[in-house]
Amino acid sequence: MTELWIGLLLTAAGCYALKLAGLSLPARVLDHPMTVRAAALIPVALLGALVAVQVVGDGSVLTLDARLAALGVAALLLWWRMPFLVVVGAAAASAALLRLLA
Amino acid sequence: MTAASSDRAIITDSLGVGLATGAYGISFGALATAAGLSVWQACAMSLLMFTGASQFAFVGVIASGGSPFAGAVTSVLLGGRNLFYGLSLARLLDLRGWRRPLAAHVVIDESTAMAVTRATPHQARVAFYWTGGGIFVLWNLFTFIGALAGTAIGDPRDFGLDAAVGGAFLALLWPRLDSALTRLVALLGAAVALGLVPLSPAGVPIIVGGGIALLAGLLLQSRFGGRDD
Repeated sequence: MTELWIGLLLTAAGCYALKLAGLSLPARVLDHPMTVRAAALIPVALLGALVAVQVVGDGSVLTLDARLAALGVAALLLWWRMPFLVVVGAAAASAALLRLLA
Repeated sequence: MTAASSDRAIITDSLGVGLATGAYGISFGALATAAGLSVWQACAMSLLMFTGASQFAFVGVIASGGSPFAGAVTSVLLGGRNLFYGLSLARLLDLRGWRRPLAAHVVIDESTAMAVTRATPHQARVAFYWTGGGIFVLWNLFTFIGALAGTAIGDPRDFGLDAAVGGAFLALLWPRLDSALTRLVALLGAAVALGLVPLSPAGVPIIVGGGIALLAGLLLQSRFGGRDD
């Protein structure tokens, strides 16, 4: 549990340092076109990996189960421009329902 | 429109965004405790990190069995975008002295989006502080409620909470999939990460998959993207 607290506090310190640095650093330091492009792509690359591991990862194996069906439901609702909470709630509900029926 | 009524309109909009965003703190709180965090750890995250995508990422890595340090790396990398928000906000907010470290804490997606679209620096400041402050209060309140709810239920899988995390990540990713390049980078990140799941400790596939997809995206962009500049 202590390890979790350390990781948590390190993350909080890191996230805060980034916010403060953005407000404090002179603009030219971050103005390089490559830096700007990388900043736009980092969330896309990481979130892509996070979705995949969260939905089909199961320890060190890959498993196709109710989570994948729930992701399909989430994608459909996002396509219909539903708000965040509706999407997340529907993903949970559809996985719960599938498991109940299985 | 007079200055006062224009301020009131901005404050109303900001609080509306604050309510909508703060409310999904409830899903964060529930998912955090389902992943094995205590109520206090969930609340400490919202209080101290206060940047939604990074918080979800940390919890997601922990939920998939990764170490807190793999969670920290993923989470801080995701928080990198706040660095660039600060850059555009610094010109508008004109922060001095003790205000800067305080304002820094509420530099997030929504407060930035609400501020940078304003016509004057005064309006930008009103929008930034009301959106950031509103979300901060509500996000923490709803995290606490969600965390309590998350511990009150039995097996989180029975409620599909594990599946909700994937839905949350997809919802955060969705608005960024606005070009062929971003769609390719996201797919590549997903594919590399999945390929690494059987081969590496939990948490590593996300960092390495994301890193390789980022490099490929940058290479593709400098090779083919120059025509748009």
